[in-house]
Amino acid sequence: MSKMTLKTEGDKRIVVTRRFAALPEAVYRAHTDPRLIQKWLLGPDGWTMPVCVNEARPGGKIHYEWSDGKGGGFHLTGEYLELVPFSRIVHVERMHLPQPTPDNHVETIFEQDTTGTLMTMRMTLPDAETRAAMLATGMERGMEASYARLEAMI
Amino acid sequence: MPNLDTAFSALADPTRRAILARLASGEATVMELAEPFEVTQPAISRHLKVLEGAGLIVRRVEGTKRPCRLAPSGITVIDQWLAILRNALAKNYDRLDEVLATMSPEER
Repeated sequence: MSKMTLKTEGDKRIVVTRRFAALPEAVYRAHTDPRLIQKWLLGPDGWTMPVCVNEARPGGKIHYEWSDGKGGGFHLTGEYLELVPFSRIVHVERMHLPQPTPDNHVETIFEQDTTGTLMTMRMTLPDAETRAAMLATGMERGMEASYARLEAMI
Repeated sequence: MPNLDTAFSALADPTRRAILARLASGEATVMELAEPFEVTQPAISRHLKVLEGAGLIVRRVEGTKRPCRLAPSGITVIDQWLAILRNALAKNYDRLDEVLATMSPEER
């Protein structure tokens, strides 16, 4: 059974859940400590995050820059609204592609369960159109990766 | 099921994918669909014709309007698309599992 779920909720939300075999303290730290974030928040294989600013306090800034190692890349900026160690993080973020995308409001909750931690990430976009565009962009990236795999096979 | 080639070429355009994703949250008219895009209503109508031809959307007549909604195969496409996003995110979290496993036991 897959450990992760991704669902749309209403017309503006995307909800992701995932279980981890670690305590909420550790999962929370992995979401707020730049040295740990740089090890996993990378997207497709081969990408790195050369710039990682994460000021985990209300009003603190988030700035991530990704690189594909071939001159390509993009960045994300955000601000923290609320942090409750080690159970809840609320922040807003936007991608710069290079134009900024509309703000994505993200609430991440970490709950201890029998096997470790259940994480629930609820993303709220300003409207149905923005969510549609976000899903369409994600699909574009996903399709590129699929085509690349297909090319490698034939 | 629609012809796969037709469905695939219908999906090759980002505006058409965004239209499908928009219709996932309910029926919409051409005017409503054109609003978020920097394209004209006739251009949106052409995209809708492609999506309809591929069997991904259906349209009904309501006075002078022809509202669109997802066809069952369009819903399947949206589901597959969510699966692609799910895989991309899943990769991050698999890496996070490894990070968590290397943290000291008292941190875990």
